[in-house]
Amino acid sequence: MNAREIRELFPILRQEINGHPLVYLDSAASSQKPQSVIETVKHYYEWDNANVHRGVHTLGSRATDAYEGSREKVARFINAANTEEIIFTRGSTTALNLVASSYARSVCQEGDEIVISKMEHHSNLIPWQQAAKATGATLKYIPLQPDGTIRLEDAEQTITSRTKVVSVVYASNVLGVINPIKEITAIAHRNGAVMVVDGAQSTPHLKVDVRDLDCDFYAFSGHKMCGPTGIGVLYGKKALLEKMEPIEFGGEMIDFVDWQDSTWKDLPYKFEGGTPIIAAAVGLGAAIDFLEDIGLDEIDRHEKQLAAYAYDRLSEINDVTIYGPREGRVGLVTFNIGDIHPHDVATVLDTEGIAIRAGHHCCQPLMRWLEVSSTARASFYLYNTEEDVDRLVSSLLKTKEFFGHAIG
Amino acid sequence: MQLDDLYRRVIMDHYKNPRNRGTLNEEAVTVNLNNPTCGDRITLQLELQDGKVQQARFTGEGCSISLSSASMMTDAVRGKTLDEALGLADKFSSLMKGDEVEFVEYEDLEALAGVKKFPARIKCATLAWNALRKGIEAKS
Repeated sequence: MNAREIRELFPILRQEINGHPLVYLDSAASSQKPQSVIETVKHYYEWDNANVHRGVHTLGSRATDAYEGSREKVARFINAANTEEIIFTRGSTTALNLVASSYARSVCQEGDEIVISKMEHHSNLIPWQQAAKATGATLKYIPLQPDGTIRLEDAEQTITSRTKVVSVVYASNVLGVINPIKEITAIAHRNGAVMVVDGAQSTPHLKVDVRDLDCDFYAFSGHKMCGPTGIGVLYGKKALLEKMEPIEFGGEMIDFVDWQDSTWKDLPYKFEGGTPIIAAAVGLGAAIDFLEDIGLDEIDRHEKQLAAYAYDRLSEINDVTIYGPREGRVGLVTFNIGDIHPHDVATVLDTEGIAIRAGHHCCQPLMRWLEVSSTARASFYLYNTEEDVDRLVSSLLKTKEFFGHAIG
Repeated sequence: MQLDDLYRRVIMDHYKNPRNRGTLNEEAVTVNLNNPTCGDRITLQLELQDGKVQQARFTGEGCSISLSSASMMTDAVRGKTLDEALGLADKFSSLMKGDEVEFVEYEDLEALAGVKKFPARIKCATLAWNALRKGIEAKS
């Protein structure tokens, strides 16, 4: 793949910011959208828009076909066995909350355990914290190695026969580390627990096969993978989803409603109460087409190269601390530079047209583990190039010089 | 957009040599405040006696803007009545909204006017002032 050519397909990247060509290094927060996704959403609203699953009229059928067509694309994209296992949600957060609220709260009792890792994003931490509080279960954490990786022995130690749910992030939004999900899933299953995977940072960047991983639930967001905001996916094994109760009730999810009682539709609709986010779901389908056209393996290879290049170039700067391992990471690099606060770094970079993230990245406990209050993060996607990394490095040198003089 | 608009010499001076950094005794009013979007946090202690801010000290972690603002604030409110201190907080809010404001008694604060051009950083500058309001409200 040619990142320079791909970059041309993203209209937003053609602009200047503060007098400099935009270098967008915040795709882990939200990726940019290619023309094809923007056009698909526009076309949907201009030609096909109607509510789904109820219209007898032509537009109703078109909207339903487009919406369900996206579900089929998602199922194929992550290799789910069928479309009943694909539930559209608002994003990863809603998907993880659904599993925690519906599944975990119904199976956990006092004395049971929920196991997550110390690198979890708040969205894969607080839902479990709340489920543990509500059921009396204990929330346990798989510890991390000094380089931020998980050792399988530690997973073995933490997960026990009392564990009902294990939930781990596939790729960390801070450390970049890619976790051994398949192996952790096997450990969870040996102990009779279900395995939940937060796929927010992995799905955009590497080939995901939920059946190969054998995980029970898998959550991801559309907006980090070239799709619109407001759409995400919960994959779940059919046998588990069938046993679970909905957590949102209303139109669209019911079968038969009486004065005192109601019954639910079959999968996946019983979990999709209310009018869904149709246009965004259709846009997600277009994003999947776009990514598959280029090839996830190609994207993965490009980003790993870029991450290694960035890791090495940043390592050359004095006083730079990089968090997470050099190898086995997705395309992001989290760092600090001397005593300069990440906010100040991000502001200086912004004046040079470079967008990075600064803060705790929704990982306050992990920041505590790293013993920092916040960090700076540059994250890459298929439209980033080595020149972008070079611009980052030269602006960081400038930042250092500026604050070096100012602080002394 | 120039960096010097934001990082004025006087701001860097307060960042490098913060005034009133430290703690007061246990009788002081203590306020812990953080900025949940970025992880900055401040612990502000106020010695409030005879209707006045006798002393203000702070500890915490933050960027150059939040720390220099805390340094200036703790200096500016010393010896002020509670109403005067709250009045300064209001004036600082106006400054952040882009109004023309003069701080006759503590001109350093005017250096923070550049923050208004960087909307994402306004919360950094106002953190210490929000802590001040909270501390005075807790007392009264």
